[in-house]
Amino acid sequence: MRGLVPIAGIILLALLPLVGLSTYMMHILILVIMWSVIGMAWNLLGGYCGQVSFGHAAFFGTGAYTAGILYLKLGVSAWWGFPLSIVVVGVMALIIGFICLRLRGPFFALATLAMGEVLRVTAENLRGFTNGTLGILIQKRTWVEKTWYYYIILAIAVFTFLLIRRLVNSRLGYYFLAIREDQDAAESLGINTTLYKTVALLISAILTGFAGVFYMNYMGYIDPEIVYALHDISIITIMVVMVGGVATFWGPAVGALIMVLLAELIRSLPRIGTAHQSLFGILLILIIIFLPNGIVGDFPKLKTILRRRA
Amino acid sequence: MDPVKVEVFLQTLIAGILLGGLYALIGLGMTLIMGVMRIINLAHGELMMVAMYMAYWLFTLLHIDPYLAVFIVAPAMFFFGMAIQRFLINPVLRVEAILPENQVILTVGIGMVLSNLATIMFTSDYRSTPVEYASDAWYLSDLWRSSPIELSFSVPWVVSFLFAVVITALLWYFLTRTDTGKSIRATAQDRDAALLMGVNVERMKLLTFGLGASLVGAAGCLFIPLYYLYPALGGRFTLIAFVITILGGLGSTVGAIIGGVLLGVFESMTATYLGMGWAPVGRFIIFVAALVFLPGGIASVLRRRRLGG
Repeated sequence: MRGLVPIAGIILLALLPLVGLSTYMMHILILVIMWSVIGMAWNLLGGYCGQVSFGHAAFFGTGAYTAGILYLKLGVSAWWGFPLSIVVVGVMALIIGFICLRLRGPFFALATLAMGEVLRVTAENLRGFTNGTLGILIQKRTWVEKTWYYYIILAIAVFTFLLIRRLVNSRLGYYFLAIREDQDAAESLGINTTLYKTVALLISAILTGFAGVFYMNYMGYIDPEIVYALHDISIITIMVVMVGGVATFWGPAVGALIMVLLAELIRSLPRIGTAHQSLFGILLILIIIFLPNGIVGDFPKLKTILRRRA
Repeated sequence: MDPVKVEVFLQTLIAGILLGGLYALIGLGMTLIMGVMRIINLAHGELMMVAMYMAYWLFTLLHIDPYLAVFIVAPAMFFFGMAIQRFLINPVLRVEAILPENQVILTVGIGMVLSNLATIMFTSDYRSTPVEYASDAWYLSDLWRSSPIELSFSVPWVVSFLFAVVITALLWYFLTRTDTGKSIRATAQDRDAALLMGVNVERMKLLTFGLGASLVGAAGCLFIPLYYLYPALGGRFTLIAFVITILGGLGSTVGAIIGGVLLGVFESMTATYLGMGWAPVGRFIIFVAALVFLPGGIASVLRRRRLGG
């Protein structure tokens, strides 16, 4: 029975556009699914392997810029960013991994944060190559309608979900957990921790890069402040996973749904809109203090709290 | 050698050292918190931003000179830091969670709230304190008539630098000569051993966070006559503090001072010779170089020298 739940969920999601949702609703759904992909990718590295990255914007942005520069400089469709981004983002992940993976815990976190910022500043300054702060605009988007974008991002999300579930349940997944729980113990048991951390980073980065390529194609405009943003990409990625549940399969999707809806809700409220970062920050603080394993991870705890109230 | 080139080089070097002295003060606060609490305070730059707003309003409303404001803002930040430690960070240290980095993420949340509240309360306008000595300078030719080259020393930069040096010296005295300071250092070296020796570790943590916040608060007061102030400025200085901490060696105070000065000089050099926009990239090049070639930071070099005789 339990195995049928994901399949039923996918079928339900695939049928959703047929209901005739408004463009706005489709946009929200696409954003939720895109953030789920980024969250799931982050979760593989952060939740399962224990390497908390504060710089996933580096991979998101690189994916987006790979697609954008293909269009801008070579005049080919930005969709070709998908295959190319595997190489570009992969190489980027190996370089960042070489530098950052020698650090542990909070130092890894900050080193990745710095990497994201380096890439943002570089993209701003390499005007000839990236158009600098002007950004890249795709003159004519492939489809005006959102249905196809929806199916593309849904396919990426399903692929990501299945891949990560497969990985986590494999031998590799146990290595990841061992590294998260105690890196020295894992090392002394003969696990090549550097290798497996690099593998986790590589997969996580490429999946995040896919989301970036999709973003370029879907939104049609990027600039360094948008795709390499520290708060609006890297930190929100962490929040998506923290709110939903670290090291759970469904956590990132739940977190993405809550965060996107919350962002839209806050934006629509007059006068409170400017305070959205404060509200996110307070939410983050509350989640860390009261539900440190997220809504999915601490679901039993949440249920007992609610039952006691009732 | 072309005297103009020499002049530019020396002027850049001086600007770098003056900036580095202030950077050292920011890095010191972070490295202290790092050493004692084993967490990175990612709201460090935002704390400085808060202090800068305090100094700004003290100047604008009460006409208190930023350099005098140090004596008001630093103690205020001390209590602010202690409150953050007591009411936000301590509860999280007790919570069971999968990821030990929760505390770091918590400080990110604090930083987000602080910078956003500043935007709401004070708007994102650029502000500055128009002190009357802002553009004053001392010239080398005033001191030494027959000097072959001309160098200028901006008054607020030099005064800020001297303040930073005095505060650093006081901190050094506090950490090495007083009982409380020694207890803080003991806690940083080995928490359990310090506990067994009768050090009140919880109190030391509280004091350290307060001290770190007041150091960066002082730095904020020293920066305000020099820089524009805006709410998003915090993030940049958090990164700077972190780069200094890595460069100097984690938890090392001497390393933080040397690291701060090195970073200041390096940034100033990239700004002069490559262009202003590249200064942040220069900062990260030095950061990456430190990680790859000198993982223990400057502290490890110092330690090796001492052991090698």
